[in-house]
Amino acid sequence: MIFVTVGTQLAFERMVRVIDEWAGSTTPAPKVFAQIGPSEFVPKHIEHKAFIEPSEFVERARAAEAIVAHAGMGSILTALSYGKPIVIMPRRADLGEQRNDHQLSTAARFKGQPGVFVASDETELPAILDSLRDLQAAEPIPPFASPSLIKAIHDFIDEV
Amino acid sequence: MNDHPKRILAVASGGGHFVQLRRMRPAWEHCEVHYLSTIADYANDLEPGAKLHLVNDANRWDKIGIARMALRIAWTLIKVRPQVIISTGAAAGYFALRFGKLLGARTIWVDSIANAEELSMTGRMVRKYADLYLTQWPDLAEPDGPHYEGSVLG
Repeated sequence: MIFVTVGTQLAFERMVRVIDEWAGSTTPAPKVFAQIGPSEFVPKHIEHKAFIEPSEFVERARAAEAIVAHAGMGSILTALSYGKPIVIMPRRADLGEQRNDHQLSTAARFKGQPGVFVASDETELPAILDSLRDLQAAEPIPPFASPSLIKAIHDFIDEV
Repeated sequence: MNDHPKRILAVASGGGHFVQLRRMRPAWEHCEVHYLSTIADYANDLEPGAKLHLVNDANRWDKIGIARMALRIAWTLIKVRPQVIISTGAAAGYFALRFGKLLGARTIWVDSIANAEELSMTGRMVRKYADLYLTQWPDLAEPDGPHYEGSVLG
């Protein structure tokens, strides 16, 4: 199963539309579940829901062969912590998909990170989806933040 | 170690901010832990003994929603009386740190790792209310803060 997610707030039709078309034109038909947000576009070829609870999000991420997502940190961190390959496509503010362009910088920073594959826009997505089975996951990242960050916060709390 | 564990309120809106916040939880495993977020389902996956306080989700373009959120956070702070408040964002974290300072709490801001080119808008607004003021990108660190101590990637 391929797990598609657009995060907890806004729809991302530019991405979901391409995934739906890809699923409809690929044989055998790939199994896809997509969390699509408050989307006016209704996918025809994939299972979909507007929103799912965080516990279902975790279960679906854990069970997925691969994750395709907006370039949001919840999606990226969840994929990396379960050692799942993730394809990210950044939202763009000029298209009304987000209020600022931080996902462009997130995508730029994570490009080349093992297990993370960036589709800059919808035109790059189908080719990456075709190669989804061959994408290499990275070793899962540790379950917690870096020890130095945890220590800095821990020490600060102890001084209070 | 004190007899009475410190009370910490850990604040983040639902989604990526909350996922990041939770990855830092070993830092407060010795505390009485309260979370404040926007999604009730998070209560099902917290460390034992931790309590979730709910607030509506809102952003700064939604005046009524943001006012409700601010009131709700003020009420939670008065109820919980945390000694330490930590947040990764977004608007809920701003109010929690700002009101928390008025109530004498010590405050921690960890700017989201999503903000790789510049600090988040909320991160810039919250600067003067954060006693510990951190970025997760070394090249965004400055001598007077934000400081870099590591990231949630592990």
